[in-house]
Amino acid sequence: MSQNGVLLELRHVHQLYRSGERTFTAVEDVNLTLAAGEFACLLGPSGCGKSTLLRIITGLQPPSQGQVLYRGVPLRGVNPQATIVFQTFALFPWLTVQENVEVALKARGVPPALRTARALKLLDMVGLDGFETAYPRELSGGMRQKVGFARAMAVEPELLCLDEPFSALDVLSAEALRGELLELWTGGDIPTQAILMVTHNIEEAVFMADRIVVMDRNPGRVVAEVTVTLPHPRQRKSPEFLAVVDQVYATLAGQTQPEHLEMGSAPGEPGRTRALPHISINDLAGLLEHLAEGSGGRHDIYRLVDDLGIDSDHLFRLTEAAELLGFATVAEGDIMLTPLGETFAEASILARKEIFATRLRRLPLFRWLLALVRAAEGQRLRAEVVQTALELEFPAEEAERQLETAIDWGRYAELLAYDEGILYLEPAE
Amino acid sequence: MTVRRIFQVGQPMRRPLTWGDALILTGLAVLLYAGVRLAIRAPAVVAGPEISLSPRTLPWYALLSVGRMAAAYALSMLFTLVYGYLAAYHRRAELVLMPLLDVLQSVPILSFLPVVLLSLSAVLPLGVAAELASVVLIFTSQAWNLTFAWYQSLTTVPKELREASAIFRFNGWLRFKTLELPFAALSLLWNSMMSWAGGWFFLMAAEIFVVGQRDFRLPGLGAYLQEAANQGNLPAILWGLGTLVLVIVALDQLVWRPLLAWANRFKLETVEGEEPPTSWFYDVLRRSRLAESFSRRITGPLGQRVDAWLLQRFPPPGGEVAASSRRPWLIYLVAAVGGAGLVYGALRAAQMLWSVPPSQWGEIGLGVAVTLLRVLAALVIALAWTVPLGVAIGTNRRLATWLQPAVQVIASVPATALFPVFLLLLVGLPGGLNLAAVLLMLMGTQWYLLFNVIAGASAIPQDLKYTTALLQLSRRQRWRTLILPALFPYIVTGAITASGGAWNASIVAEHVEFGGQTLHAVGIGALIAQATADGDYALLLAATLSMVLTVVAINRLVWRRLYRLAEERYRME
Repeated sequence: MSQNGVLLELRHVHQLYRSGERTFTAVEDVNLTLAAGEFACLLGPSGCGKSTLLRIITGLQPPSQGQVLYRGVPLRGVNPQATIVFQTFALFPWLTVQENVEVALKARGVPPALRTARALKLLDMVGLDGFETAYPRELSGGMRQKVGFARAMAVEPELLCLDEPFSALDVLSAEALRGELLELWTGGDIPTQAILMVTHNIEEAVFMADRIVVMDRNPGRVVAEVTVTLPHPRQRKSPEFLAVVDQVYATLAGQTQPEHLEMGSAPGEPGRTRALPHISINDLAGLLEHLAEGSGGRHDIYRLVDDLGIDSDHLFRLTEAAELLGFATVAEGDIMLTPLGETFAEASILARKEIFATRLRRLPLFRWLLALVRAAEGQRLRAEVVQTALELEFPAEEAERQLETAIDWGRYAELLAYDEGILYLEPAE
Repeated sequence: MTVRRIFQVGQPMRRPLTWGDALILTGLAVLLYAGVRLAIRAPAVVAGPEISLSPRTLPWYALLSVGRMAAAYALSMLFTLVYGYLAAYHRRAELVLMPLLDVLQSVPILSFLPVVLLSLSAVLPLGVAAELASVVLIFTSQAWNLTFAWYQSLTTVPKELREASAIFRFNGWLRFKTLELPFAALSLLWNSMMSWAGGWFFLMAAEIFVVGQRDFRLPGLGAYLQEAANQGNLPAILWGLGTLVLVIVALDQLVWRPLLAWANRFKLETVEGEEPPTSWFYDVLRRSRLAESFSRRITGPLGQRVDAWLLQRFPPPGGEVAASSRRPWLIYLVAAVGGAGLVYGALRAAQMLWSVPPSQWGEIGLGVAVTLLRVLAALVIALAWTVPLGVAIGTNRRLATWLQPAVQVIASVPATALFPVFLLLLVGLPGGLNLAAVLLMLMGTQWYLLFNVIAGASAIPQDLKYTTALLQLSRRQRWRTLILPALFPYIVTGAITASGGAWNASIVAEHVEFGGQTLHAVGIGALIAQATADGDYALLLAATLSMVLTVVAINRLVWRRLYRLAEERYRME
């Protein structure tokens, strides 16, 4: 039996996958325990492997290495005690609301009369009384997700897994649904013993969870754990709440490294090639202008989310780009413009391009790319060639996005031109 | 109107003929050889059934014809479900099954009819053999596109729905019933309708097949029409045609339309889309008390019982999702035995082909060339009239509202049913059957083109049409810059289907027994029929094989490339 009510334990879990000849690590050495009574969150930027981890935990996919123990017993196949509420609801569009809930019970061999009674009771509990015969397409996103919750609750899982359950909803429905879930959970109305939620929304994690497991990408791994002891219901504007949010932001935003570490190495050379964050230059310029407008000096990163009206994932990509290009430095959850960043923010369009081009030429990835084009016959290079070379460093999909971003930045800086799959140098070069 | 995708899109461009294809074609050759070997014992004289021309027999004949279609369709669905499952869920099976399907669907099926008929009649009682041959023939015309549709659905089920069915521990049955079948329903339904339309063509051909002393006719609508034409009995011809159209329209109204209306719920998109298909019969059924109580008292509880039993009998997988307890040695053994059989069969087939004298090979070569010319001629003629008319219908809403239903009814009459009737008119023409055969082929092929052109023309975006008007392009420029490029993918799709139909039609169009006399054209179809009549089995094998190879080669070398070009350059999406 389990010790100290430990439900779930991950030991040295790795997830690897092959892409062409190389093996990439999606999840690296994750150790995690989840006890009965806990509401835990897996928090991290997109691509950090948190959804993969959820699939490993529920047994939908076995890990490449390592062990998953449930109540001390190694997990084989899908965990019958666990269930998932999906980001995209995963309702069967051809079944009515009631049938969608009932089918989960049917699969477990519950007799018809009993399962109808249970489905109706659960739909009543989530507030969908009267919508039993509706089809999912007739419902709003929030109502659909309520069906998702009712269906998950119907099988009375010990471990309830939530895969970004609120991220496909509008702000108001998401907020309402969060409150309702917390009410059910803290009120002990459901037989669920533990909840594990995957999210990239920092405030959501702090609002709901007792423990936040912070993950980062390249490779996906656990970088920190934050315990939240604030009592429910939590006040989003309270200083204690904001302090925790700030702490989590500080962990995720990291710390600006010395330049050579920050920039990484060129593809094919030893060391890690630094991936370009996928952002548009316009957004970056917008961020820098916003920082320059303020009182100067330091800005809390978490406040920027509200000020700029973007989500934290997007914001982190922007701050990462600003760091990489030497426009800003990040430390302890705060961001500061460098003198270069200030100059950029105040410069004219043409001057901005020049500053940007100078910084790009310093990036190993760009130096490598420009050299590659320059060495090509007629200084024209097919993009596929670059893509293939990038695939030595990145998985195929990521390599494609890297190429897209590089072309976008290179065009803005007027270093590169691109037409019908061919890369060439701007005449100025 | 949906336009069928013929080749699988998205797979990498392969070489036109791979080793796998060679293997599959060899397998087909061996199969044909086995059929021909059996056929040697076929009776030399086959007395056909008495076909009565009394209109009172028509309901019975119609029932027989529909019964054959239904039997073949049931067989096709069974084959589809099993074959698609194997291909979608077993990586190794997929490597063999999908290329095999690709070859099978481009083979001219009707060329197999003589071999199948002869070999079955050698081992089975005559009535049974002819019935079975017709069912097999219709099956081979219905199964492939259904199988492709099912396979494609299975491999594109949304990931999160699959995960949901795994996390809620659906067993195989529940997953099939609540996920896979509903997800594939619409595509299966559209393809079923297409299969039925195609099936009529082959059913009629099978029902009227006569060569020399061997009369393989089957009592049914096709044979009725042929007998009526033979006797020059105009009232009977009209009765027969009327019944055929009535049956097809009734099936459409009472089976397919209601099914379409019902199946609208299986649309995946979660917003209410365009106008849903409607069916008066479906509405009647839905409002009927009787149907409602039937479903509540009988089918409902019965379904519950079946579900409960199957759920208990087959618990969901407890272990690893892909627990593989393969026995590789068994696979190797089967492969070895199969390989040995294949080599032996191929050798014997080669031996038989070797015995074909060079003069006959010459005839085969000539026949293939002439039939190819005929197919091309039929295509050109069809294009010449369908493109202008199709564009007119497709771009003019008012014209479409009254022309489209008329065209659909005319096109629904299988060309093979009309062959005997048209022969009455065409036999007297100069050039005889050599020219008449082109027209017979044309009848079978033009509709595919017309429907595709209409679909293409009505898909041209309105803003592009406005743009050409604003630019004041001349009529000629408008066709060259907008209409023809926009139609190209549709024309290619239509032409592929049409040329397949024309090759098939050559078997029944180039050799005709009519009014007690035998008419021949020069061509590979005539040669196959002739060999069947004369019992020249080596020639039958050689000619059939040559035709299959030619059609597969043309498909790979010409059509596939055009199709790819169309998909990559000219599709508006």
